[in-house]
Amino acid sequence: MKMISKFLLALAMVPLLAVANEDVKLDPAPVNTRDLASLQSGAKLFTNYCLSCHGAQAMRYNRLMDIGISEGQIKENLMFAGDKVGETMKVAMQAKDAKVWLGAAPPDLSVIARSRGADWLYTYMRSFYRDPSRPTGWNNTVFDKVGMPHVLWNLQGDQELKVTSHPAEGGKDAHGPATHAEKSLVLIKAGELTRIKEDGKAHTVEYDAKVADLVNFLVWMGEPAQNTRETVGYWVMLYLCFLLLPMVWLVKREYWKDVH
Amino acid sequence: MSNQIDSSKRRFLTVATGAVGGVAVVGAAVPFVASWFPSERAKAAGAPVEFDVGKMEPGEKVTIEWRGKPVWMVKRTDEMMASLGKLEAAKVLADASSEGSVQPDYCKNMHRSIKDHANILVAVGVCTHLGCSPTYRPDLAPADLGADWLGGFFCPCHGSKFDLAGRVYSSVPAPKNLDIPPHKYLSETKLLIGDDK
Amino acid sequence: MNKVQQIVDWVDARFPATQLWESQWGKYVAPKNFNFWYYFGSLAMLVLVIQIVTGIFLTMNYKPDANLAFYSVEYIMRDVTGGWLIRYMHSTGASMFFVVVYLHMFRGLIYGSYQKPRELLWIFGMLIFLCLMAEAFLGYLLPWGQMSFWGAQVIVNLFSSIPVIGPDLSVWIRGDFVVSDATLNRFFALHVIAVPLVLLLLVALHLIALHEVGSNNPDGIEIKKQPKDEKTGLPLDGIYSHPYYSIKDIFGVVVFLIVFSAVVFFAPEMKGYFLEYNNFIPADPLKTPPHIAPVWYFTPFYAILRAVPSLFGTQVWGVLAMGAAVMIIALLPWLDRSPVKSIRYRGTLYKSILAVFIVAFIGLGILGALPATPVRTTLSQIFSVIYFGFFLAMPWYTKMDKTKPVPSRVTG
Repeated sequence: MKMISKFLLALAMVPLLAVANEDVKLDPAPVNTRDLASLQSGAKLFTNYCLSCHGAQAMRYNRLMDIGISEGQIKENLMFAGDKVGETMKVAMQAKDAKVWLGAAPPDLSVIARSRGADWLYTYMRSFYRDPSRPTGWNNTVFDKVGMPHVLWNLQGDQELKVTSHPAEGGKDAHGPATHAEKSLVLIKAGELTRIKEDGKAHTVEYDAKVADLVNFLVWMGEPAQNTRETVGYWVMLYLCFLLLPMVWLVKREYWKDVH
Repeated sequence: MSNQIDSSKRRFLTVATGAVGGVAVVGAAVPFVASWFPSERAKAAGAPVEFDVGKMEPGEKVTIEWRGKPVWMVKRTDEMMASLGKLEAAKVLADASSEGSVQPDYCKNMHRSIKDHANILVAVGVCTHLGCSPTYRPDLAPADLGADWLGGFFCPCHGSKFDLAGRVYSSVPAPKNLDIPPHKYLSETKLLIGDDK
Repeated sequence: MNKVQQIVDWVDARFPATQLWESQWGKYVAPKNFNFWYYFGSLAMLVLVIQIVTGIFLTMNYKPDANLAFYSVEYIMRDVTGGWLIRYMHSTGASMFFVVVYLHMFRGLIYGSYQKPRELLWIFGMLIFLCLMAEAFLGYLLPWGQMSFWGAQVIVNLFSSIPVIGPDLSVWIRGDFVVSDATLNRFFALHVIAVPLVLLLLVALHLIALHEVGSNNPDGIEIKKQPKDEKTGLPLDGIYSHPYYSIKDIFGVVVFLIVFSAVVFFAPEMKGYFLEYNNFIPADPLKTPPHIAPVWYFTPFYAILRAVPSLFGTQVWGVLAMGAAVMIIALLPWLDRSPVKSIRYRGTLYKSILAVFIVAFIGLGILGALPATPVRTTLSQIFSVIYFGFFLAMPWYTKMDKTKPVPSRVTG
């Protein structure tokens, strides 16, 4: 019996499975949904850059008050004229037009961070590169042949895809290619938030931080109740672990004195 | 088996734990009870409504919707305002001073409106009897309402009568004056209904 | 005589309230040696209540309409006050239901709780398990995300592999040629009314049967056959459920609530196992997600389904194998020929075979969640053979097994 229990325990500790991963390495997004300054900056980016093509039909404008933006600011800076502050973030572009212009209707972004994950979004928004073969002139290493153009290009500047081939380890392999291609993105023209240093390397800290803000906002928008959820959770756990559990245990011990 | 059972200790522990557990039950009930209050969508739909009274003609009544209910705005003429005092003097009103009726404090006066815009009546157009919406009858002494009628509202369902400040006549079914919703002026003519803060 | 007693007497003269309470719990005599594994029956009951209560409140705002369903769930998560908590309790409760029920079934397995005279009790339990799987499958369509849609599509298509009537049958189940609004509506009706009614009835039968035959225990000793204690008139190792197991179960409930709350408040998605990432994309009949895996509690059976190759031009064998994998558990009372009930008195042979079975079952669970590759399919096939072997060979190895003598009094 002991043996089986131990065995089960050991099995439970094996990290079960890694969800099918893409071939692209994702950069970890620095998400902190309690950082209001970052959320506000992300909200501004989101409403200015994303909302013209994407909607967020589950998200109400006045919910932005939860992250410290006042009703006046929402009305003046973040909303389309004519929308009411209690309305949801509907898309300005018609889905039919979008399909013609971009090949597919841009997805609603209300819960995009929950389906894609923060790391994917963070990497994606930093992985656009110039590709003249695409109708929009842009491609993306995370999302090949993406229909969306690089809307933040004036902030990031232009990147190019550089492919360098290395001989594969162990020489020629009957099953695979003899060379191993390594893809990397190179900044060729600086944008407002990036610059190319004297040694030719890119300085992108400001741009990365801006994208992090945007992703942070998307994560928060995916579940606006999440901060409340955790706060309530701490109290519930404190109550259950340190008050109810000991008391019930005492009562149990008291009654079971009869049995033992 | 132990022979000494401290029954008072046992009872104390049980009752104390029951009380603490009761907190858990109440706490667990909170989200369920709370979920019956108006949602964010309902609140957004019930948000305050703006209306420009500048374009209204004297004596005109306009109805707008606020929280699914009709809200009337009446731009009362001087004669209409004068009728309020006459009715009060004639003692035909059930609650002339609005003691038992629903209105914000700033509308608890004879004309039941905000002082600086006394001639504008803002009232919920729902009869306080059984919820019909009364009709606007500004005409003087019509055949069906009698020679003493100085203008007001008449409820077709059960015949309740109200004056031009929404005050109910005595000996009609409706018990109270028409409700006055919270409202305020954002500018000289811009009226906000549903919020007064 | 006090007021309360008067009211009780008044009721008792008209309805057997006291008698019901005493026979079903208050004066129900249970063995005193229940261990950790005996918490999961009452916990299953608790989760059932949680699911029913949260489910009722979810229906107040959910819209079973293909155009509205997805965002009505988001409406609950955002716009309804406290809605996120109710929804997470329900989604977490679904997974926890299976955690609890699998452990409860495992308890029955290792202590031989299905053996005579508890065969019918075991059958009712298996029917509850079937209902639960149906309930989970039907409910999973309701959020109308990509996994909801394609999961239902795949499972309903299984029926089309049945010879002759299959294709028509799957169309009938869906009420359309693809999973659609009609499917969503009928699944909703079944999920919120039909299956819960059957489930409640079966739970009642399960409990009545249990309280008729009495509880088994970790030693597999029938306390009813023991001599009675002179003072109390109870079997030597028997105690009243109330207050002893009432309070012990409440202790178990609090521990469970700690685990449950930890998931609900800090990891409601549970890394994608309780709420799958792809289910946050609205259902799209034109785009299949790259990798469809059922929710974790179905994966062992799904792996068996995939492990069976199509033979004679039909895939019906996999479906049959999956069905058989569930049904065969119900036959345990007649497959086990051991003279002892509990694993404590079984021999090394049985223990080793059980250990291999556990590896195979968990292995199937892991494989069922992963995309199929040739290696994994082979592994699934090996595990499937072990799974069925465990049951089918049971009459022989349980007879050959060298058992230890069972004492007359419970231990520990």
